[in-house]
Amino acid sequence: MILLWMIVILMVGGILAWLSGRINDALPRWISLLAILPNLALAAWIWLAEPAANPKATGAWLMQLNIEWIPQWGVGFDLALDGLSLLMLLLTFVLGFIAVLVSWNEIYNKVGFFHFNLLWVLAGITGVFLTMDLFLFYFFWEVMLIPMYFLIGIWGHENRTYAAYKFFIFTQASGLLMLLAILSLYFIHGSQTGVYTFNYFELLGTSFSPAVGMWLMFGFLAAFLVKLPVVPFHSWLPDAHSQAPTAGSVILAGLLLKTGAYGLLRFVLPFFPEAAQAFAPWAMLLGVIGILYGAILAYSQTDLKRLVAYTSVSHMGFVILGVFAFNELALQGVVMQMITHGLSTGALFILAGFLYDRIHTRDIRKMGGFWATAPKMGVIAMVFVMASLGLPGLGNFIAEFLTLVGSWQANNWLTVFATIGLVLATAYSLRILKKIFYGQNLTDHIIHDLSAREMLIMVPMVLLILWLGLYPQPVIDTAKPSIDEQLQAYTNVPEDRTISLEQPQLILQPADSLSQLNKLKNKGGAYGLK
Amino acid sequence: MENLIWLIPALPLLGATLLILFGLKMPRALVPVIGAGSVGGSALLTILLGLQFLSDGVAMYDQQVWQWFNVAGFNPSIGFHMDALTMVFIFVITFVGFLIHLYSAEFMAEDADYSRFFASMNLFVCAMLVLVMADNLVLLYLGWEGVGLCSFLLIGFWYREPANGYAARKAFIITRVGDTAMAIGLFLLFQYFGTLNIQEILTQAPQTWSVGSQTAVLVALLLVGGAVGKSAQLPLQTWLPDAMAGPSPVSALIHAATMVTAGVYLISRTYVLFELAPTAQMVVAFIGAATLLIAGFTALTQNDLKRVLAYSTISQIGYMFLALGVGAWSAAVFHFMIHAFFKALLFLGAGAVIMALHHEHDMFKMGGLRHKMPIVFWTFLIGSASLAAVPLISAGFYSKDQILWLGLAGERGSIILYIAALLGAFVTSIYTFRMVFITFFGEEKTYISHMPGFWIKLPLVVLAILSVFGGFIELPHNFAHFTLFTNYLEPVLPVIVIDEGLSTIEWIFQIVAALVALSGIYIAYLFYLKKPHLVQSIERSRFAMSLHRFWYSGWGFDALYDALFVRPFVYLSKVNRNDGIDFFYTGLANFTRWLNSVFSRTQTGMLRTYMMGVLVGAILIVTISMLL
Amino acid sequence: MNGVSMEAGLLLAAILFILGLFGVLIRRNIIFMLISVEIMLNAAGLAFIVAGMRWAQPDGQIMFIFILTMAAAEVSVGLALILQLYHQLKTLDSDAASRMRG
Repeated sequence: MILLWMIVILMVGGILAWLSGRINDALPRWISLLAILPNLALAAWIWLAEPAANPKATGAWLMQLNIEWIPQWGVGFDLALDGLSLLMLLLTFVLGFIAVLVSWNEIYNKVGFFHFNLLWVLAGITGVFLTMDLFLFYFFWEVMLIPMYFLIGIWGHENRTYAAYKFFIFTQASGLLMLLAILSLYFIHGSQTGVYTFNYFELLGTSFSPAVGMWLMFGFLAAFLVKLPVVPFHSWLPDAHSQAPTAGSVILAGLLLKTGAYGLLRFVLPFFPEAAQAFAPWAMLLGVIGILYGAILAYSQTDLKRLVAYTSVSHMGFVILGVFAFNELALQGVVMQMITHGLSTGALFILAGFLYDRIHTRDIRKMGGFWATAPKMGVIAMVFVMASLGLPGLGNFIAEFLTLVGSWQANNWLTVFATIGLVLATAYSLRILKKIFYGQNLTDHIIHDLSAREMLIMVPMVLLILWLGLYPQPVIDTAKPSIDEQLQAYTNVPEDRTISLEQPQLILQPADSLSQLNKLKNKGGAYGLK
Repeated sequence: MENLIWLIPALPLLGATLLILFGLKMPRALVPVIGAGSVGGSALLTILLGLQFLSDGVAMYDQQVWQWFNVAGFNPSIGFHMDALTMVFIFVITFVGFLIHLYSAEFMAEDADYSRFFASMNLFVCAMLVLVMADNLVLLYLGWEGVGLCSFLLIGFWYREPANGYAARKAFIITRVGDTAMAIGLFLLFQYFGTLNIQEILTQAPQTWSVGSQTAVLVALLLVGGAVGKSAQLPLQTWLPDAMAGPSPVSALIHAATMVTAGVYLISRTYVLFELAPTAQMVVAFIGAATLLIAGFTALTQNDLKRVLAYSTISQIGYMFLALGVGAWSAAVFHFMIHAFFKALLFLGAGAVIMALHHEHDMFKMGGLRHKMPIVFWTFLIGSASLAAVPLISAGFYSKDQILWLGLAGERGSIILYIAALLGAFVTSIYTFRMVFITFFGEEKTYISHMPGFWIKLPLVVLAILSVFGGFIELPHNFAHFTLFTNYLEPVLPVIVIDEGLSTIEWIFQIVAALVALSGIYIAYLFYLKKPHLVQSIERSRFAMSLHRFWYSGWGFDALYDALFVRPFVYLSKVNRNDGIDFFYTGLANFTRWLNSVFSRTQTGMLRTYMMGVLVGAILIVTISMLL
Repeated sequence: MNGVSMEAGLLLAAILFILGLFGVLIRRNIIFMLISVEIMLNAAGLAFIVAGMRWAQPDGQIMFIFILTMAAAEVSVGLALILQLYHQLKTLDSDAASRMRG
């Protein structure tokens, strides 16, 4: 029941915020905070509570809720929570909370409707992370789309209409392909078993011919790869991110992109193991292209938000690289990447918002020398810039390192190129710091340092990213059962699969490979393959 | 006592944290107390721990602070490992670091960002300690990147000057290139051993790989990639001279004594892998030999006092690499230690001179400082003597002579390496005393605005003492069997096997080395003090001029990399700024719009046109259905 | 009732239909266009009657009643539209009412 409440609280809160917007401007803000807080508390409570305390927990699933909705079509209102969804929910509510705080002094136009949209996007995202019914999943997929369209289209920057249209068309078109795949899956399953249902668990066992599986997987992939986004489907993202208001950018980069990654983990991997394995090299290649392409483009951007948007493209390349490596290391890296990227990129967008507040431009050519008057902002920006280039000790390093170690087991050369992406990441990240904080201040504005409210937003994010970098174990432990679940279809491959993939590229001497094999057998699950 | 190991890096971290959080609010006088005090605390702890370590006679201390993460059996910890090798590095880092912090307390006293400076320095010391104390390669990588970050922050410390920002960025990016190679090496190691714990890898590697195994060579070369990046060796050496944009104490601590020798640490720490990979080890030796020559000749032509020292640092690390390459592990570490003393001393002395002359870097605008700043002069002279390896009385002689000798007589030594090292020693003594004579002798050219005070002089004197007496703990075999340092390191690093046939005539090579050093000093005296017109007449010839220009630019590496990597990357990035892939989508949108304009033209609004259309359509359908 | 052959009836219906069609196509006065449409409808109705007679089924007459009601509705709506059009444009020329082009 808690799961349903999470969604309902947000939706009701949204309507209340809209209505209260007629009374005054402050009320919607407070209502939004109050709507997100209990959810954050609930999620944290579930996380901290001992799993044994919950009798309903079965396997990886901590909580489940099944309500009949449209029984004649086999549509149920099925929600379920496992470690992966729990982590995503925590991220959602933390970033949602921050998004409300960020808009406090930024949005003065139609405040009620703004917060309605904000909360409904969050509700849609929450639904996407929780739902275990494909029909409902599609429903929530659309629910998060439309309010986002309004957020960009109404409160965005100068080119907002174009960006909003582009965002909407990209996601909608790809979503329809997913709907097509969902319906095909529904009918194939129905004709095979006679049970017509959209339930995730029931559909899980569906078998189909390789060709059909491939096409269905492409249907799902279309939606998720556009959302992630993967080059060449990324071009909505820079426009949407740079035109959206700060809160919109935070939610877009921090959460909406993660729904794509979540979809890959939750649906593509367990539904289509054969097709995914066949497609894996290409997917990893796309990931590497994304890493490099995004990094190269980020380097030459002059619009700060656009720059950060391209870094997202680059970072999301690691996600798809890791997902299609099919081992525990890489998938843990992907989950960490989803969380840490949400925080670090969110923080960079917020900083861009703070700067826009002060100098009314996003053009980094007009910035410079801000360290002199804004040292606190400088330190915080430095932390997140370093996070974005993967400095050890910050969360992003754990994510990228695990992903790369994992993907190395699957494909050496692609991993080498992905690692080169780290050098390019250094180039664009340091460019941010240098352009904004180094040199002389050439604007006619005096840059004020962060205010108390702004520090209240940034300091927790700094602490979170440090914590994730130095002690990520709680997150890893939480995600582990669900990752094992998603990888179930891949675990009965021969034990030395990773080695057989590697042999052609590494010329090993006989003695080498023999002792290597023995070692592996002794090590057992060291590679996530039991 | 050994439970307090974690405090050694934690104290500077605490200092950094305090300074970051409260640095702007606390009284100015407190800043150096925290900054230097935290490092001093670490140094004290190191000495106590070192004494206990020596008296205990155990091989190592291990301490796991907490489990960092554990994924599918990959479980690096935040854990520290201390053995003889680590002790040497920790001692140098904390002790020399402490002296440099003391010096900075006065040197940076007038700077507006006093607390930021000490915060970054403390953070650096912490990261460097983590680097050398880490018990696994992931934690080592954390320290490795951490020192890179602090180096970036401190090179760009005077951020208002755009050139400093560029230098900082260059340093970070170039070292990151090496780090990337190293990261790939770590992936490979993990694939084979399922762990990145250093000791486990070192014990398992000989069982897994045979000597000369290709994978071992690959791994070793990838680690060398990381090492040449951090240690500014060929081909990634170009960042270090530009890094001199930072304040002088930074150059002394980071770019001379500690961080740039991280590569030496990495290779000696993982020496087992290199013994399994003779090819890689040979590559290390030749990288060292090539670097020490190239950097030495470049130093000969520089005008900027700090740039001379920077190139000299590159060259001296080249010696260490050469030693590592021939398997003279302890000689490399010994030279590291001695080099840390005298090079820190030289940089601090240079800093004092530069500050006295109102931030003048050009040597040719200095001169005659001998009488005005006697303490700086004498300590600088001692440091220079050590750098030039003046026989018998300088520490540098003992460490460098050992490398020269082992480069020839060691089991992997060769005559080519020996000649390169000897030539390098010759060039070293020339450029060193060129620097001394130009800066401190001759006539006074610039007015002295700031005389160094007590806190600047104290570290200089202490380091000068170490630069003289530090060498006596390791004497050549034919002097006396007094090899304290090698014996001390023996449990960690194996003693090199020496060619027996040569060892009887070791004294010949020692005399040659001594003569080379002395003749270099004489040549410097001749050209730069006695007959300066000689240099001018040589420099006037066309060949000498172009050679001078070539050497002055650091053998054109910057221009080469600029043309090969930087400009193509920037061009690629700029040319595609508006994202070529987006043209496809905008094209699609425009095509749709065009179709719309075409078809909307058929909507005339005339009722009868529509009617005609209906009729024609009906007739067409009827005809077609009849035909079929 | 047997005096009229089916062919003659259908021929009449076809002639009426074509007359109506040409009326719609050629006339510009909207009232005449409306009348022509009615003629076409009646032609279709006549065809139904004839066909119903041929098969001796009541369906044809039922369809005719349908068409009749529809025609009545159409005329009422059509006339209302024409009235509005005349008010707005002061003319009954159909080409004048072409503002709804693409």
